[in-house]
Amino acid sequence: MEQGTSEHRGGLAKRIPAGGLRRRRHLTAWLFMIPLMVINLLVILGPSVATVYFSFTEWAGIGPAEFVGLQNYRDLLADEYFWQAMWHNVVWTILFLTVPIAMGLLGAFLLSQIKRFQLFFRIAYFIPYVVASVVNAAIWKNILDPERGIGSALASMGIPFLDGVSFFGNTRLALPSVAFVNIWVWWGFILLLFLTALQSVDQELYDAAKIDGANRWQQFLNVTLPGIRPTFIFVVLLTIINSLLVFDYVFIITQGGPAGASEVVGTLMWKEAFERFEAGYASAMGLGLSFIAGVIVLIFIFLRRRGWEV
Amino acid sequence: MSALSGGRQKREPSKIPYYIILIILALFALGPLVVVVFNSLKTSAAIGRNPLGPPLSPVFRNFPDAWTQGNFSTTMVNSTILTVGTIIGVCIIAATGAYAMARLDLPGADAVLLYLFVASAVPFQLFLVPLFFLWTNLQLTNTRFGLIVIYWAIFSPLATLLLRSYLVGLPRDFEDAARIDGANELQVLTRVVLPLSWPGLLTVALITAVQTWNEFFFAITFIQDNNLKPVTTSFYAFQGTYSQDWGLTSAAAIFIILPIAVLFLILQRRFISGITAGGLKG
Repeated sequence: MEQGTSEHRGGLAKRIPAGGLRRRRHLTAWLFMIPLMVINLLVILGPSVATVYFSFTEWAGIGPAEFVGLQNYRDLLADEYFWQAMWHNVVWTILFLTVPIAMGLLGAFLLSQIKRFQLFFRIAYFIPYVVASVVNAAIWKNILDPERGIGSALASMGIPFLDGVSFFGNTRLALPSVAFVNIWVWWGFILLLFLTALQSVDQELYDAAKIDGANRWQQFLNVTLPGIRPTFIFVVLLTIINSLLVFDYVFIITQGGPAGASEVVGTLMWKEAFERFEAGYASAMGLGLSFIAGVIVLIFIFLRRRGWEV
Repeated sequence: MSALSGGRQKREPSKIPYYIILIILALFALGPLVVVVFNSLKTSAAIGRNPLGPPLSPVFRNFPDAWTQGNFSTTMVNSTILTVGTIIGVCIIAATGAYAMARLDLPGADAVLLYLFVASAVPFQLFLVPLFFLWTNLQLTNTRFGLIVIYWAIFSPLATLLLRSYLVGLPRDFEDAARIDGANELQVLTRVVLPLSWPGLLTVALITAVQTWNEFFFAITFIQDNNLKPVTTSFYAFQGTYSQDWGLTSAAAIFIILPIAVLFLILQRRFISGITAGGLKG
């Protein structure tokens, strides 16, 4: 990305004469940016700034907003449902930092070692990612249905221990079960990111490691992992951000239930805004969440500037 | 396929264990989708006797039933309008924006690039509540157009980044020739650059199509009218009503999967490279 920028800079500097023509060219450039800018201002930037204001108000989402200073933030810090939801986001993050990344790395490594059917496997792993979330959720609700799902299917084969288990209806199982469904969707995408990175690792490094007598595992640790470090760090960042902001699968499968057992901040905020009509409070919650996500991205950018090549 | 796997050494240990693990992973990925196909061909009673296995006596009644009871003749049209409208808008926005950044020496291009990077990842939590308020005041809630405008905004930053990196790699000779012939920048874009950059545009259109077709969150927040709902939120309500009738919901699920699956299988190579490259940039 950086390279492309400097390259086009250099190319243009050669072509463009100074003075009025240059100014006209700048104007033309901004004219071409108008559709992008207007739409972004209207939908994302403007409302994002407004969120900052509304987070300091008591507001029902319609009508006038009453300025209440930091009250929403004080409420937020004292809100046990918020902290419970936040904790679920942390659990979610831990699950997503381990299971899909391990599966993706394993799959990508194996896939990079084979020639036949590689295309088939890539398509197979990626398909859940392009299926609508409502559909994937419905599929797993069916499979994990306590009466007409995998539990009773196994029971009829003589393996009764999952029979009648309500994966999404049990307070202990709801969150990991929803996370499991989302991992099923997500890991194939991670695999493809890793596979792309693996295929750009210099083959000579493997050959050199082999000459030094490194076994498969040592090759993986000393050649593969350092070779894909930028992608690996990117995946970690993507995972953390997505886990903080997760909404779809939780909302569709359990609506945060039972009894808040799978509530995450994303669904809690949506309920505050559109079911309890606490739009000011929801704004504070959304801003707090975005702030945390923003700090994490800033750390990532900072490390990148420091030459980490992340 | 890959330079890496092609360059392996001569006498390697057998790859059979690799294939076994890869096949297990493929079963994990595809098994649930096979169950949907199985169950769409079973009656409710048959699912009760045999929840996940292949249908012993396939029936096709679920498909017409799901089509009418799920209101698919309306929602398919809605989803198509949303998808086509979003693709057209995103392509125009991304093409003009990417052209300005890649070719027109846009002042502050680095700042714009950073903004797009942030905007393509900005959480909906940050702007949802005031946006809903604004859309209510503009009477854009419960309209397909209102939803399309939101999709333009949220899908265009990534599309612009993708198309920009495509344009940067394109030769400039034809453009310069057109400029010497007196074409203005809009003419250069529409007559020279866009025809040359169709693979990039196709990738953008494809990603946008899948994202829009599958989108759930904004659709459920901004459209309550049953006759305006896309297939996703309509299916969500449908599934709530017929929660235990897995034959019916499986048939409905297949209606939603089918258009995207066909598109994906035809264009999968472009698709995968586009999404993974997009993920890495955005």
